[in-house]
Amino acid sequence: MTATAPSTTPPVPPSDTATSTTPPRTRRVPRLRWSVALAVGVLAFFALAAIAPGLLATHAPTALDLTSSLRPPGVDHWFGTDESGRDLYSRVVFGTRESLSIGLGAAAVSLGLALVLGSLAALAGRFVSGSVNRLVEILFAFPTLLFALLLVAILGPSATTQIIAVGVGSAPGYARIVRGQILAARQSGYVEAATALGHPRGLILRQHIIPNAVRPLVAIFTLCVGQSIVWASSLSFLGLGVAPPSSEWGALLDAGRSYVTHAPWLIVIPGLVIVVLALAATTIGKDIQARLESGDE
Amino acid sequence: MTPTSSTELTLPAVAAASAGGAPGVAGDGGGRRTLAVGRRIVSKLLAAVLVLWGAATAAFAAQLALPGDRATVILNVRAGQAIQRTPEELAAINEQYGLTNPVVVQYLNYLGGLARGDLGASYQQYRPVWDVIGEQIGATFALTFTGIGLAWVLMVLWVTLTAGRRPQVRALGTFVETVTAGLPPYWLGIVLLLVFALGLGWFPVIGGSGLQGLLLPALTLAIPLAGFMGQATRSAFETALTQPFVISARMRGMGDLAVRLRHVLRHAVLPAVTLSGWALGATISGAVVVETIFTRPGIGKVLVAAVNSQDLPVVTGIVVVIAAAYVAANLLVDVAYTVIDPRLRTS
Repeated sequence: MTATAPSTTPPVPPSDTATSTTPPRTRRVPRLRWSVALAVGVLAFFALAAIAPGLLATHAPTALDLTSSLRPPGVDHWFGTDESGRDLYSRVVFGTRESLSIGLGAAAVSLGLALVLGSLAALAGRFVSGSVNRLVEILFAFPTLLFALLLVAILGPSATTQIIAVGVGSAPGYARIVRGQILAARQSGYVEAATALGHPRGLILRQHIIPNAVRPLVAIFTLCVGQSIVWASSLSFLGLGVAPPSSEWGALLDAGRSYVTHAPWLIVIPGLVIVVLALAATTIGKDIQARLESGDE
Repeated sequence: MTPTSSTELTLPAVAAASAGGAPGVAGDGGGRRTLAVGRRIVSKLLAAVLVLWGAATAAFAAQLALPGDRATVILNVRAGQAIQRTPEELAAINEQYGLTNPVVVQYLNYLGGLARGDLGASYQQYRPVWDVIGEQIGATFALTFTGIGLAWVLMVLWVTLTAGRRPQVRALGTFVETVTAGLPPYWLGIVLLLVFALGLGWFPVIGGSGLQGLLLPALTLAIPLAGFMGQATRSAFETALTQPFVISARMRGMGDLAVRLRHVLRHAVLPAVTLSGWALGATISGAVVVETIFTRPGIGKVLVAAVNSQDLPVVTGIVVVIAAAYVAANLLVDVAYTVIDPRLRTS
């Protein structure tokens, strides 16, 4: 995601002046550029934390210090300390890799499944597409978390289970989106034109439908990573994900639950970190989506 | 939260196509229309039955999916530990759950049981799953319905106040919606609990009976949902504000608030109605978490305990019941839709 950061700023001024000279056909939502920049910054921070946590952490994540247990956030410990005096900020930094991996893994599983189901539903013969549509409809009747919990019950709680459970649980919704996108591309003017020109079906599929249907998935993938981290941490929060000795964010939440009344930062701050990351992912995903829709990249 | 179907995308187009406040359907004969509505409802019902059958099949398959001999699994789940079982012990369990039958027979028995409202027996609690769920589900539904209701109130207020105003106000409106829509229930719940129950002492920290105990958990579900529905409603609201019927209402001397409430809102809430059916599922996901935070009774806690102990009949039972509720809610939404927007009756 950070790779898109430099390219996001330059093309903006010309496109803005273009819209001011020609009257816009639809009213544009005013875009908050600073929010996108901030979101890119947030993601860059977490990417660094995942790759080289040692650079960002102020303490060793497992260093016990019983003399300073349950300290509120302050100068020495930015996010406070837990019951054994471990620095929460450093634990959050060191937990980033696992949390992000779970989020990315789940998003990959989810969109991979969605791509298979969605394209079958949109492109296969009548019987197959009908059955796949029904299957997606059936799966859609299971709320995401309940579906995930069902899979956890079968597979037993672990990080791998979290990836599979969250990925499979959220796939039906994305499958619908993929199907809609392929259908929209198939019914578009350029496909009609290509058909009229006598291009073979396979070529139209490869050259027109797939590229146009897949491109929006970049935006959806970004949104999906944010959501997956939220769902996965919900499982951990319920005690059904990665177990507490780990500093995965959901596990931090679960561990902090017992101290809600006298050390609320132990649960509020890891939660806030997840919220900020999810929000950053959503902001960037929506920005990519808006760019793709308005045609400037 | 996953964005739902593409139906909401087509709505502005429909609204633009026949922009009239009055239900001006140029119907050709009431009989044919009733027939069309009837056919629509029957096909919806068939689809609903199909979804339920699929959900039941998935639930049955899930019970088979636990690795190992099922009788041994059941005994181990009961004891909470894995030990070797004697044939006599296993025989009793096989007898009780009919595990010696071929899978097809077990499947048909399961479906037959479901049709009679029998969800099977809990591995751990030695009683029918329905009894376990039945005593808890009322509390969960009370919570989710209050949550959806509150979300509607919040959403309508917020959108009516901020949509189509000055750019700064609109930007604020959109920003608040984006942020709230992304708040995970566990975090929002904890923050509300800390601020309003522990900090200000306005609400009971744990449990609490009646409305007072219900408000904070319901708000936890309502706020993200309101943000999410608000995003869909806002764009429809702003499209509707530019329609000719709004201008004509203003020309008749109608005040701004009255125009918004009487004419615009009616057009703008359609996407939110669709989302409400879907929201039932989403709020139930949230309810599982919220019940844990606020230590409220409900199926969420039962579910978490059952997942922990791998008591699969309870897990699948809850999933099937919720899927059924979801299907029923979406049928209702379809009907509500036709009532709110008469233009759809003919299409």
